[in-house]
Amino acid sequence: MVIAFYLASAVAIVATFMVITRLNAVHALLYLVVSLLAAALIFLLLGAPFAAALEVIIYGGAIMVLFVFVVMMLSMGPRGAAEGWERPVLTALIGPAILLAVLLAELLYVFGGAPSVPVHVVEVTPRQVGARLLGPYLLGVELVSMLLLIGLTGAFHLAYHLGKRETQKGAGGSR
Amino acid sequence: MNLQVPLEHGMALAAILLVLGLAGVLVRRDAIFILLSLEIMLNAAGLAFIVAGARWAQADGQVMYLFILAVAAAEVSIGLALVLWLYHWHKTVDIDRARSLRG
Repeated sequence: MVIAFYLASAVAIVATFMVITRLNAVHALLYLVVSLLAAALIFLLLGAPFAAALEVIIYGGAIMVLFVFVVMMLSMGPRGAAEGWERPVLTALIGPAILLAVLLAELLYVFGGAPSVPVHVVEVTPRQVGARLLGPYLLGVELVSMLLLIGLTGAFHLAYHLGKRETQKGAGGSR
Repeated sequence: MNLQVPLEHGMALAAILLVLGLAGVLVRRDAIFILLSLEIMLNAAGLAFIVAGARWAQADGQVMYLFILAVAAAEVSIGLALVLWLYHWHKTVDIDRARSLRG
């Protein structure tokens, strides 16, 4: 189990380093997803399956999708959307694919035999987390709900005015 | 053979990831990369909480991780909306171009 932790750590560090050195935003996003999956595997190895699931669903799913949307809306770079599955795309996929293969092999090695949390690790179950969250930390949950509401309102405000300006410009015939 | 990951090594991993994210924030001038690096830093902070929670086998670490997750989600939604505004005003996402308020 310990060796799996260090291997996942190495994958996370390499992938994170690749994120901050890429020039293309989509390549950086690919490496960041790998880094987040490595972090999720580390959570699983440490006996935190609930946090691992949330890492994959919210970080690797929702937040990354937001980034992909914005990158596609801005469509930066010399190459546009009409790139297709050609050589540059495939070569960009090789690095993340290798790191992902390492993670997958590790996952199969650790969890292939027993379908549960690794032995010798005390698991903190989602039930315990929920009892703690809605017990002593109830005020924190309320504050987080207010924060999310503020975020929603702010994003709506920004997007609403931006959308109005874009449609006005479109109606003026300047684009 | 010791089967428990030492606390120091988990914390070292979180520190390395945090420093990498900080380097990304400081070095890159692309607003999207700065937001990505901020995500890396928040994730590293959450990792530190999970490692500490696993060390004492308490649920508090995961609770704090949930709070960090919510903060990250709110931050990235506002941040990306601001990036769209930046692109609308300056036709670029270079953060050095955004020197003045009100466009």
